[in-house]
Amino acid sequence: MAYTEEELKKELESKEYEYGFYTDIDSETFPVGLNEDIVRKISEKKKEPQWMTDWRLEAFQAWKEMEEPDWPNVEYEKPDYQAISYYSAPKKKDQYESLDEVDPELLETFNKLGISIEEQKKLAGVAVDIVMDSVSVATTFKDTLAEKGIIFCSISEAIQEYPELVRRYIGSVVPPKDNFFAALNSAVFSDGSFCYIPKGVHCPMELSTYFRINQAGTGQFERTLVVADESSYVSYLEGCTAPSRDENQLHAAVVELIAMDDAEIKYSTVQNWYPGDKEGRGGVFNFVTKRGLCHNRSKISWTQVETGSAVTWKYPSCVLKGDHSIGEFYSIAVTNNFQQADTGTKMIHLGRNTRSTIISKGISAGKSQNSYRGLVQVGPRAQHARNFSQCDSLLMGNDCGAHTFPYIETQNNSAQVEHEATTSKIGEDQIFYCNQRGIDTEKAIALIVNGFSKEVLNKLPMEFAVEAQKLLEISLEGSVG
Amino acid sequence: MLTIENLHAEVDDKGILNGIDLDVKAGEVHAIMGPNGSGKSTLSSVIAGNEDYEVTGGNMLFGGEDISEMSPEERAHKGIFLSFQYPVEIPGVSVTNFIKTAINAKRKAAGQDDMPAGEMLKKIREKSSLLGIDSKFLSRSLNQGFSGGEKKRNEIFQMAMMEPKLAILDETDSGLDIDALKIVADGVNALRSKDNATIVITHYQRLLDYIVPDFVHVLYQGKIVKSGTKELAQELEAKGYDWIKQEVAG
Repeated sequence: MAYTEEELKKELESKEYEYGFYTDIDSETFPVGLNEDIVRKISEKKKEPQWMTDWRLEAFQAWKEMEEPDWPNVEYEKPDYQAISYYSAPKKKDQYESLDEVDPELLETFNKLGISIEEQKKLAGVAVDIVMDSVSVATTFKDTLAEKGIIFCSISEAIQEYPELVRRYIGSVVPPKDNFFAALNSAVFSDGSFCYIPKGVHCPMELSTYFRINQAGTGQFERTLVVADESSYVSYLEGCTAPSRDENQLHAAVVELIAMDDAEIKYSTVQNWYPGDKEGRGGVFNFVTKRGLCHNRSKISWTQVETGSAVTWKYPSCVLKGDHSIGEFYSIAVTNNFQQADTGTKMIHLGRNTRSTIISKGISAGKSQNSYRGLVQVGPRAQHARNFSQCDSLLMGNDCGAHTFPYIETQNNSAQVEHEATTSKIGEDQIFYCNQRGIDTEKAIALIVNGFSKEVLNKLPMEFAVEAQKLLEISLEGSVG
Repeated sequence: MLTIENLHAEVDDKGILNGIDLDVKAGEVHAIMGPNGSGKSTLSSVIAGNEDYEVTGGNMLFGGEDISEMSPEERAHKGIFLSFQYPVEIPGVSVTNFIKTAINAKRKAAGQDDMPAGEMLKKIREKSSLLGIDSKFLSRSLNQGFSGGEKKRNEIFQMAMMEPKLAILDETDSGLDIDALKIVADGVNALRSKDNATIVITHYQRLLDYIVPDFVHVLYQGKIVKSGTKELAQELEAKGYDWIKQEVAG
């Protein structure tokens, strides 16, 4: 009987498992399931110091005792955590020989987003010749940062190269036991980004994961740590407007930001994971914990444009610990077809004269459900804390839902908390008005949606904003018949 | 330019237009008057292509072309403009952005590139000063928080920018004080030419003192029951609509 290559591969895999022996071949993946041994192996694989291994193990112990939250306003079949493989080596993506082999629908979206052919090849995983341009960009980029003493690398690299910094800050904002998904991430995080801005340094460019070459493809359990030392400034961009067709259904990322005295961090996200098809099949579960800690007079701004994923559970938050610190949250969440999003923020006012602003824009179409959930908490010592929240929902069609869950807890009488909310629907009269001016229905919807989202789009870095606008249009295509 | 023959239209199975005939030539101004509920606004909506109304019979030709199956945007591209009685609000979209989008959509349909920014700016300045609109107004969200007068002035500003072949002014005078009325009328008059035509829909004769029509038609129960020159409008003003109603009944 012919012995196929496939069978050989299988045999090798099972042998490797048998001997607990793994080689660095491209397709290396751990067996499914999660136990202490796997956690140890992940850490070992990454040649981590003992403290990191212990930290992961502690998180794993905590996770075992925890339950998956079911308070969000979303419905999904809970993943079987023992049926997931928790480590795959930084393997190469499947490569196509040419763009002709790539899903035409994906290419059409690329074209609509105005992504260059070379870029398209890279994103779709087509073999590319070395693009001189991007190499030189990356080099210039690294030199400029190094000159200023800015560290920007993968978190694995940081654990090796800057262990004291990582050890001091990792888990300091999102403790491993914070919640079910954060604990899981802490135990098994695959990789992510680390960024440190030294005292008094104004980072001269927007740091983008997109530019961090050799780190293509974000992991399933991504971990990001950004530390802005005293009086420094950084603007960080996460994600990419290009659609991501990830095989992994479950994504549980953790992002921690630390703004020291007088520092400012601006963190912008465009999330466009696969949302599932028009019938609601497939799609990514995106369960993310993002939190920033503000020291005296510092400022953290979260800006997010969420258009992807089948289920989103995400509350980028600010702990306003320092006096006079400022927290901001600007969000656009779009749901279409059968997507579900439960997203919002927490603003925890601990210091005196702390201020926070929340602007949330939810757009629901198709049969989707879009919830805003936000907590404004004012501690007993937070004299004269102020918050302003505005939550606007825009509905398209009659089968979708918009929900708002604002929670306000104040323990200080001098606090001033304002909450405004509106719900509107794209009206046929608005569409007809645009039509009469020669603007077709598709474009009219884009115009209305962009107008609705303007306050948040304005907060994004310029080029990101243009891409995000296009992304909104594409996400809502065909949502009004 | 616009030829309407025996036009019938209904909404929710209720006949609103019951056989309209109207012939509007380039360079002409037609006034359509009539009591409330006579079908005046329906006529303007049907010409513009509002799908809430079902055309059940008759013909509509614009520039010799049958437009009855065309989408509202196609009709707009051909040069039909409707100044709305109740302009809608579009929050977050500035007057400038809206008109820019509209003009470029029309140009795209005609196979032209976007209007260069400089040219657009020049045109916006020119037309806004004609209508006494200041630059702050142009950056406000479309119709949001606008007074009645501002809304109507904005409609005429858009008309000036779009340079339509046929402009339909649906109750443009309603909600305007006399000063605003004059500004709007002056704007409309300044845009009149031998190449374009205007249909003025109004309940009162007042606007017609400022925008002098070549023809006046009286609409009643979905039909044009009387046509004449501007003197007809004055007669209506003096005698009221009861006179027409009685004539029709008699």
